[in-house]
Amino acid sequence: MRSRTIRVDRLARVEGEGAVRLVVRNGEIASARLSIFEPPRFFEALLRGRAYTEAPDITSRICGICPVAYQMSTVHALENALGIEVSAPVRDLRRLLYCGEWIESHALHITLLHAPGFLGCDSAIEMAREHGEALRRGLALKQMGNDIITLLGGRSVHPVSVCVAGFHRVPRRAELAGLTERLERAREAALATVRWTAGFEFPDCERDYTFVALHHPREYPFNAGRIASNRGLDIPSAEFERHIERRQVRRSTALHTELRSAGPYLTGPLARYSLNFERLAPIAQEAALAAGLGRSCTNPFRSIVVRAVEVLHACDEALRIIARYEEPDAAACAHEPRAASGFAATEAPRGLLYHRYRLDADGTLLEACIVPPTAQNQAAIEEDLRRFASRFLALPRTQLRERCEQLVRNHDPCISCATHFLRLQVTGR
Amino acid sequence: MSAGRHKPRLAVWKFASCDGCQLSLLECEPDLLTLAETLEIAFFPEVSGRPIRGRYDLSVVEGSISTPEDAERIRAVRRRSRHLVTLGACATAGGIQALRNFADIREFTAAVYAQPAYIRTLATSTPIAAHVPVDFELRGCPVNPRQLREVLSALLAGRRPAVPAHSLCIECKSLGRTCVLVAGRRPCLGPVTQAGCGAICPGCNRGCYGCFGPQETPNTTALSAALATLGLDRRSRLRLYRSFTAGAEAFRVESERHEE
Repeated sequence: MRSRTIRVDRLARVEGEGAVRLVVRNGEIASARLSIFEPPRFFEALLRGRAYTEAPDITSRICGICPVAYQMSTVHALENALGIEVSAPVRDLRRLLYCGEWIESHALHITLLHAPGFLGCDSAIEMAREHGEALRRGLALKQMGNDIITLLGGRSVHPVSVCVAGFHRVPRRAELAGLTERLERAREAALATVRWTAGFEFPDCERDYTFVALHHPREYPFNAGRIASNRGLDIPSAEFERHIERRQVRRSTALHTELRSAGPYLTGPLARYSLNFERLAPIAQEAALAAGLGRSCTNPFRSIVVRAVEVLHACDEALRIIARYEEPDAAACAHEPRAASGFAATEAPRGLLYHRYRLDADGTLLEACIVPPTAQNQAAIEEDLRRFASRFLALPRTQLRERCEQLVRNHDPCISCATHFLRLQVTGR
Repeated sequence: MSAGRHKPRLAVWKFASCDGCQLSLLECEPDLLTLAETLEIAFFPEVSGRPIRGRYDLSVVEGSISTPEDAERIRAVRRRSRHLVTLGACATAGGIQALRNFADIREFTAAVYAQPAYIRTLATSTPIAAHVPVDFELRGCPVNPRQLREVLSALLAGRRPAVPAHSLCIECKSLGRTCVLVAGRRPCLGPVTQAGCGAICPGCNRGCYGCFGPQETPNTTALSAALATLGLDRRSRLRLYRSFTAGAEAFRVESERHEE
């Protein structure tokens, strides 16, 4: 029996530190392991004893690419605990903030991390020569996302305006209206990005994933909805922990997560899109179908097109929110702490982000539980490697390595978040 | 740093962190492409697939030292770097993960992981300068992209970066903001915190939470007294000093003064 190991010791163009190890026997993948060796930072431990009001600022530091997602899941979970309903304009502003983060995070991933692999470039900087227009368009989109967050939160990384029960400060109508013209151009750029990515060559890799995402009766999900799957799961966030199993594996500082009923599952753009196609803005639905996507997408390589569709949706949604915005009477609503527990899941750019908190009567945090998207996706990514890497084994070593990195990068893992992530190591052939 | 015949070689290194400061480097866009013309990006795994081995003219380091492996790795990075600049609260003060320095790491590990034995971690999270000599420390959680551009261009030109070490109050006043502490009677670390963020928290009607760390001459004793007169209790004052830059000397000492 011939056996070899293929290793990618430090995955390039992914967020954080991880590695892949494949064991190949007689031309078949015997095992595929994604290791996460990002140093643990113990957020769930250090949150204990803090005031609940500090939580959104602290959890945002879990991830510099999706800090808004952490702030959103945190404030929604704490508002759930304290029985707070925010006003309609505040709810809209939070969706707008999330639009900014999806645009920024997806544009970064599409342009700087994912596209170079499809274009045979080693980095986005190499793209400058032959794909300069697409590169500049992508960077401009990212800047649009950053600017939405900066307008609402003072800066694009770890914005400072979000608080439990609302915002510290809400913008004036005129400030938001100032974004309209640029957002209209960004929507055009997003449409061009959908068409551009749809022209890439995708290997024929389809998989019957178990998809998990938020589902909402009227909206493409950002902040609200029930947790749903394509296998019949339909639960409120409060029941999430009863339906999942989290376990620690030696190769990872991120906890593996599975559904008790259906095993490994995938969260993120493919799941969100496939479970919520009808909720996309008409312009995004049309662009998706014209780009050759069905109403669901099960080829992980095509996630780059799905992300572009979501950027388009987010630009369109941001325009609608700005057009109807009325300044609220108060930036935040008055409330008192109480001894309680609260739960919330929101849609981070990379997928479902669940938080649970338990509070003392004076608002001191007693317990925190955070389930990030990449931790949930680890098993699905390993399954992608097991199923699809065998097709690429005949390729020269550097191309095989690039394909394995793509198989991971397809799901835009956020390793800082998950660490509780990546090197490629392949054994045998 | 003289360019010599070759473009200066830049490397970006990540230790325990959230990636936010590296992202600020990408946020130098549209200057990013200009940056790529000025510098050879020799190691930046989040941007480029293939690292160039060897020595670097400028290493930019994000994150704190919190594992035995990272304590070794930073020494190797220093040996290969002509200039080494640290970015952000993690690299310059240990970051929010330095809250472990005030706790029992075994208890922290057991609180998060079912199999604490699989986790290799140090009892403390410490800044890069606690391990190797650092040429310039840029503060912030995250760093400010404008200050980051200044540091990179200053080092390339061979001059000292113009990054003020005075308090946030000066920045806040120059922007004409109403004082949240005096007029708003809200807790604010502005008087003892280094400027550089653009006074964004006062700009959002809230007090500064100190993410740029202590300014050059922080009178924390006077501020603590002022905070007490606002009715902020001892525990809340302790928490205020003990967050993203809890490991910075002045804030650490003042927070410890508030322990029971």
